[in-house]
Amino acid sequence: MFKDWLKKDDKSKFRDIPDGLWVKCPQCSQIIYSKDWNENFKVCIKCGYHDQLTAYERIDLLVDYGTFKELDKNITPLDILGFVDTKPYLQRLKEAQESTGLKDAIITGEGEINGIPVYIMVMDFRFIGGSMGSVVGEKVVRIIERAISNRKPVVSVIASGGARMQEGLFSLYQMAKTSAAVGRLDKERIPYITILTHPSTAGVLASFGSLGDIIIAEPGALIGFTGPRVIEQTIKQKLPEGFQRSEFLLEHGMVDMVVERKRLKNVTYLILSHLWRKVW
Amino acid sequence: MVERISPWERILLARHPKRPTFSDFLAELFENFIELHGDRLFGDDPAIIAGLGTFENESVVIIGQEKGKLIQEKMKRNFGMPHPEGYRKAFRVMKLAEKFSLPVLCFIDTAGAYPGIGAEERGQAWAIAQNLREISLLKTPIIVIILSEGGSGGALGIGVGDYIMMLENAYYSVISPEGCASILFRDSSKAPEAAEMLKITSEELLKLGLVDEVIPEPNGGAHEDLHGTVENLRKSLRNILKKMKEKEIKKLLEERWMKLRNYGRFNEEEVK
Repeated sequence: MFKDWLKKDDKSKFRDIPDGLWVKCPQCSQIIYSKDWNENFKVCIKCGYHDQLTAYERIDLLVDYGTFKELDKNITPLDILGFVDTKPYLQRLKEAQESTGLKDAIITGEGEINGIPVYIMVMDFRFIGGSMGSVVGEKVVRIIERAISNRKPVVSVIASGGARMQEGLFSLYQMAKTSAAVGRLDKERIPYITILTHPSTAGVLASFGSLGDIIIAEPGALIGFTGPRVIEQTIKQKLPEGFQRSEFLLEHGMVDMVVERKRLKNVTYLILSHLWRKVW
Repeated sequence: MVERISPWERILLARHPKRPTFSDFLAELFENFIELHGDRLFGDDPAIIAGLGTFENESVVIIGQEKGKLIQEKMKRNFGMPHPEGYRKAFRVMKLAEKFSLPVLCFIDTAGAYPGIGAEERGQAWAIAQNLREISLLKTPIIVIILSEGGSGGALGIGVGDYIMMLENAYYSVISPEGCASILFRDSSKAPEAAEMLKITSEELLKLGLVDEVIPEPNGGAHEDLHGTVENLRKSLRNILKKMKEKEIKKLLEERWMKLRNYGRFNEEEVK
């Protein structure tokens, strides 16, 4: 089965992104041939740095080729409060939509992971910092409601700076809304796996992001409630090296495991095959 | 009543040094208070006071964020900014309420959950998320009262309930106006503009349907007239507790879920 997946994935669009010829690793500055960079799922072959993936790249990585079906594409954001900072919120939304091709910061849908049918939701950090407003909250809840009706496990991939300020308290309340939905999923004894990627912080971590039955972190991801800059300003001292990184959270008992990107799909599959074997 | 004042002035009122804190309301509203300490996991967080008491001869569970009054006490209480153990204590005591069929009253007054090393090491985000998930399922009525500062996730961590009340001069926001100003406006002195944009005042939030009731503060505000404010709050609490008691738990939970489920506004384009 694992071999099948590798074969299938060769055809995925993730492998043939026609970037420039060379990529410079943002961490170690190693110059890498872009084909190698993409074939290694945007992980540096020298230092192991995990670069951010877009939502669709992540889906290509995790979901069996040809099985993904996107859902709730038609749910799009509104400027509820008439919010203007250095730019109007509507303009920010439009720019983010144009630059990413997404409607908001999350893609949801159904697909299979090595043959196991799942619902999956994947955040995209490029869209206003992967922030959660009404659209993200609603799409998360709809996926969970489907998972409850159709009894399929849920996998979420987090990449978010937190709640979206431009929707004010509506955004804060999405934390309660999504967490309550996870509570209902929990009662139904349907597996929920969360994958924390760089970064997973604030309101999204403090809600559906950290509520997985199993929590997986990608290496080196920033994971925490408050961002390191704010903590440094508050306590007026420098934070130790590695603070709030995946390995730190593993050490403090907050995540089940740190898994490198190329093993992520298979580890997710193995967990599901244990938790869900009687049912699917 | 205070004249029409700007959202920023509201924030200054909510943070007024003479503004009553949770312990004042605790003393005025309840009798026979017994404080309960500790989360049974790590420690006791003095930023959150939890316990049992009576409200008009009925036993209730009371939970509230306390900033402290004099500097010594403020420091002990970490200026009302809870650590994970505070959220875990609050939830432990709520489970007690569920077990013995007592209603829960949560009083919110915090600038936010504490941003520090220990808080992160012990899972601040995990503590808040678990509260959000579990409180949404708690089989007993929960009433939330935002007293002064409703600071983001730190407030919401004890802020899920069946009925949300807010004192007239309190504010409730996804981020502090200063934080919002420094991130979005790139200038922390723009906090008054950010406060205007974020829609954080009691009347704006009532209009948006995000709180259920605003408690008027007579004669210039709670710092001028604690007694008047307490009496207004008492009247509203009496009414709502009576209504809650008559409700079947199953219906209460279904309504709580629908309330949470329906927060949010978005476009839903027709699928072709």
